Amino acid sequence: MSSILKLENLKVRFSTHRGQLEAVRGVDLDVQAGTSIGIVGESGSGKTVMSRAAMGLLTGSNVTREGRVTFDGKVLSDMSREEVRNEFGTGMAMIFQDPMTALNPVRRIGSQLQESLRIRLGMSRKEAKARSIELLTLVRIPEPKQMLRKFPSQLSGGMRQRIMIAIAISCNPKLLFADEPTTALDVTVQAQILELLTDLRQKLNMTMVLVTHDLGVVAGNTDYVAVMYAGEIVEQAPTAELFANMKMPYTEALFKSIPNIQMKAGSRLPVIEGRLPDPTDRPPGCGFAARCNYAQDKCFTDHPELEKAKDGHLYRCWFPLGDSIQRKVS
Amino acid sequence: MTNHAHLRKDSDVLLRVEDLVVEFKVPGNKVVNAVSSVSFDVKEGETLAVVGESGCGKTTLGKALLQIQKPKSGTVRFSDNELTALSKKELREARTSIQMIFQDPISSLDPRMTVRQIVEEPLWIWSKGDENERLEKVKTLLNNVGLDPELVLDRKSYEFSGGQCQRISIARSLALEPKMLICDEPVSALDVSIQAQILNLLNDMKDRYGLTLIFISHDLSVVKAISTRIMVMYLGKVCEIGTTESIYSKPAHHYTAALISSVPVPDPTHKLERTPITGEPPSPVDPPSGCRFRTRCPAATELCATEEPMLREVSDGQFVACHYPRA
Repeated sequence: MSSILKLENLKVRFSTHRGQLEAVRGVDLDVQAGTSIGIVGESGSGKTVMSRAAMGLLTGSNVTREGRVTFDGKVLSDMSREEVRNEFGTGMAMIFQDPMTALNPVRRIGSQLQESLRIRLGMSRKEAKARSIELLTLVRIPEPKQMLRKFPSQLSGGMRQRIMIAIAISCNPKLLFADEPTTALDVTVQAQILELLTDLRQKLNMTMVLVTHDLGVVAGNTDYVAVMYAGEIVEQAPTAELFANMKMPYTEALFKSIPNIQMKAGSRLPVIEGRLPDPTDRPPGCGFAARCNYAQDKCFTDHPELEKAKDGHLYRCWFPLGDSIQRKVS
Repeated sequence: MTNHAHLRKDSDVLLRVEDLVVEFKVPGNKVVNAVSSVSFDVKEGETLAVVGESGCGKTTLGKALLQIQKPKSGTVRFSDNELTALSKKELREARTSIQMIFQDPISSLDPRMTVRQIVEEPLWIWSKGDENERLEKVKTLLNNVGLDPELVLDRKSYEFSGGQCQRISIARSLALEPKMLICDEPVSALDVSIQAQILNLLNDMKDRYGLTLIFISHDLSVVKAISTRIMVMYLGKVCEIGTTESIYSKPAHHYTAALISSVPVPDPTHKLERTPITGEPPSPVDPPSGCRFRTRCPAATELCATEEPMLREVSDGQFVACHYPRA
């Protein structure tokens, strides 16, 4: 397997009126071609900023990006904006969270679908139309021909997300970023969209980065999982290994707080108390220490580095779960 | 035809809704039956969860109970009041004992008001107590929902996260000590870790204030922690109603089963036994004849197209509207 996307010490800072806000603090990530990786974390953990920074979508005078981004052998972080743009569509593509606002409300579905086909692949009008009907069939939209004439406002959320997926895969990208693709959708539609993504990934041999706040969503749909907290990757492992053998107390807490359909009715849900630390004023130690049930003095003063365990399992904790060290539970 | 098999004895219930119909006019001289002859009841101290996909009429139902959306026909009896027959003035008074919290916690708070004004407003409108008493009451409420009054009283809603805004909404809805709280998707805009906090809080408030809850949600995994009974809706109709245990352990309606199997399970070794449900609900402007779910149902036959199934008891306290309920 070869690496398709490699982030090395990626940092993203925003200048705000309250000072420098470091949204992503040195992320290293190596995504192998043909796999799918889930990026999981709470709101504000930096998962969306990280994926947008990887694609070079964050611009503006208040944004600083540091670190190296390598995509498919090319160093994106050294390329100009125009050169990076050339990778969009054919190299990498993104599905955004909110299908209601990501589509242009005043253009027909057909024209939005054909735009990238015509510009990026240089297809003729006729070819693009034929291809877009194929794409709509691929994302299982009934009556694709009629769909081309419709406007986004005529469609349900699930249908719009299918259109978004069709646009994203239209130029056969090697890498697909899916940023919370199902968060705005109903559970039944969510199940269908996830199944569709997994199916397309295999058919088109795509690599997928699935960004979500729901550990339930990554469980059945990814090969690897990286858990983000306060702008850092705090745990990373193959999906089965992560769920079987959580090292990081944060991952465990996140896992336990999911309302689980298998739990007893009326039972009390475990919660993670407190909130993410203020991103303009990060604590010196572990970012999770103040909310952690197992935190010790060291956790508040020393910042843990990413440790390697066996089976490609990485974690960032002084006192990982499953270790024999005696932990005091507060 | 009546569809009342599942209604309980009149004297036991706090809220009783019969044959409620809510219609909307849509372009082309057509009518949408958003809520189509729905009946149910809620006992004091119960938590009824109303579950269904987008567009099944669950939010409209919640609004129609409070007469925010006027129903076309049907009755809504709350303790001794028939809400549909009340005058504007009487209705205002009746609403003090039924309150509602909304889906989007940020937009449901006025950004120009301080937290103190937001929570105090209901007390002020109804002239409850003098200024000092009201302030004390606001502080107690904020404390009860887990916010520090000293820190939050003079701040405005945009300074808070979604979870905190939802706590403020809950404090506001409890200011007049209502008997019933209608929660319309109170956690679907929140992160999973915050969802659990708000669900626990609602359960605590229910015990502390002796509330009866109606909890509207599209997510069956969220509902399990909080409800005592569940009512599943599809395209404006009730498909199934029963106790939480019975709905989860042996869903009788094929739609309920599909909803349950759609919930993602946080376990990579979990094998999907996905009940095949494809597509999306048909347009409510022109609902299918007979059983409205038949177009997506794996067990549908000709009978389902011609005859609408009525709610009937399949086991103790579990009622289903299906010709071929799951065994």
